[in-house]
Amino acid sequence: MPAISNPDQLVLDEPQLISRQPLLLARGMVKHYGAVTAVAGVDVTVYPGEVLGIVGESGSGKSSLLRLLNLEEEPDEGEYYLNIPGYASANLLKVDRFHRRELRINHIGIVYQYPHLGLRMRYTSSGNVAERLIMAGERTFSVMRQAASELLSASEFPLERMDDLPCHLSGGMQQRVQLAKAMALKPQLLLLDEPTSGLDVSVQALVLDTLKRLQRLTHVTIIIVSHDLGVIRTLADRVMVMRRGHVIETGLSDQVLEDPQEAYTQQLVHAKL
Amino acid sequence: MRILEVEHYAKQFNIHHLGRKIEAFDDLTFSLKQGQFLLVSGTNGSGKSTLLRCLYRTYLPTGGRALYHSLHGLIDLARAADIDIALLRQEEIGFVTQFLRPRPRVSAIELVAEPLLATGMALNEAEGEAGELLESFGLKPELWKAYPTTFSGGEQQKVNLARALIHPRRLLLLDEPTASLDAQTRAALVGRLAWLKEQDVAMIGVFHHPGDVRELVDTELALGNKTGVAGYPKVEEVYVVE
Repeated sequence: MPAISNPDQLVLDEPQLISRQPLLLARGMVKHYGAVTAVAGVDVTVYPGEVLGIVGESGSGKSSLLRLLNLEEEPDEGEYYLNIPGYASANLLKVDRFHRRELRINHIGIVYQYPHLGLRMRYTSSGNVAERLIMAGERTFSVMRQAASELLSASEFPLERMDDLPCHLSGGMQQRVQLAKAMALKPQLLLLDEPTSGLDVSVQALVLDTLKRLQRLTHVTIIIVSHDLGVIRTLADRVMVMRRGHVIETGLSDQVLEDPQEAYTQQLVHAKL
Repeated sequence: MRILEVEHYAKQFNIHHLGRKIEAFDDLTFSLKQGQFLLVSGTNGSGKSTLLRCLYRTYLPTGGRALYHSLHGLIDLARAADIDIALLRQEEIGFVTQFLRPRPRVSAIELVAEPLLATGMALNEAEGEAGELLESFGLKPELWKAYPTTFSGGEQQKVNLARALIHPRRLLLLDEPTASLDAQTRAALVGRLAWLKEQDVAMIGVFHHPGDVRELVDTELALGNKTGVAGYPKVEEVYVVE
């Protein structure tokens, strides 16, 4: 593992008790943007039903890594596997565009920090959700309408606003539309990129609560990127700390927050209000 | 049957910005059988809570091993993979503190029922059990659907205890759960612990008033500060109460 500054770092055993296979396995992910190395050889393992948090300051490479895992950008190096029917042994970085699109529609959902990245601002909110169903082949209006309303309601979106354009909604509501859209086709993997960062604290708490409830009901596997340690503590089972494109520390959320091993993580934790 | 064998367990904190290592405890050895209750005693700062946290892996121990006989197999809690620890926390090892971490807009009964829901129990049944336990801890039924963020310290503590003890574990780590409880709630808690002990649950506990649980204690592990060397606690004695 690169960039470990702490020579005393305890090396843990390989998993022994857990009988499930990881849902997600990424190895040696590298991404350069020109001279900048955003992701410098990162490994990620996530088990089904787990919530993995990725923390780090701006520019640490956490959002870049998420875009690689969402198959929306191609890494320069790496291997990426998802244990889902039909793809279990395929390095997803090598699959053709057709299958990549199929994966992104049916198996991976994403919520971005900026709603305009995830939503079409000129479609209604219900239309945004229904679009996913159309992509999956649904053609009956009443079925789509019903599904959209159920999904929005599961995200605790006020249904009387479902025909409003997202640009007329508050930030918290926009995130709920993104969430309903991301979950529309019951993906195995839900990626969250700073989903509550632009929201005021009270709205943030409500959106987090919705996420937690949804996770409990659907057992969807989640990777959440955030610079907010409170968000990570609330949602994540395990945490990866990134700095300058490297993973410098991983552990159970409470352990990383209460007994951080690396000098950088100690600073990060103690800098929290 | 043995459930836990701790050998030469040690913890030191490496505080990078001070360039210092602070020792919490060193060379602890003890073992525990199913249904046994181990009381950890010692003065403030002798590392009692730190020991519990090192077993739960909120803290990473820095030496020794803690062999735990899980239903899934034997495992060293000191070095087990995070995902294995997460599995054990969900199924076998519980941690009980006096502090609740309430979440906005989650009611008392939901918080208490959550560990049961995680095992796949139906909502009705889980909330039924949650209600019973809250009632035994003396939380008024009219508060069950309310949000504990607005509760008093004592009420929050009742919710917390109910949540921590609702789902039977094989090993419970108790970090001063009776502190600041009123007499009636304390009696209810001790009753619950006695019942769990009958179900063969092993427990390791730190208590501000050990008298509360005196009847439950099988063995005691006394941690002490070595006089003159602040922050270097050592095991003074381990003795059997019986």
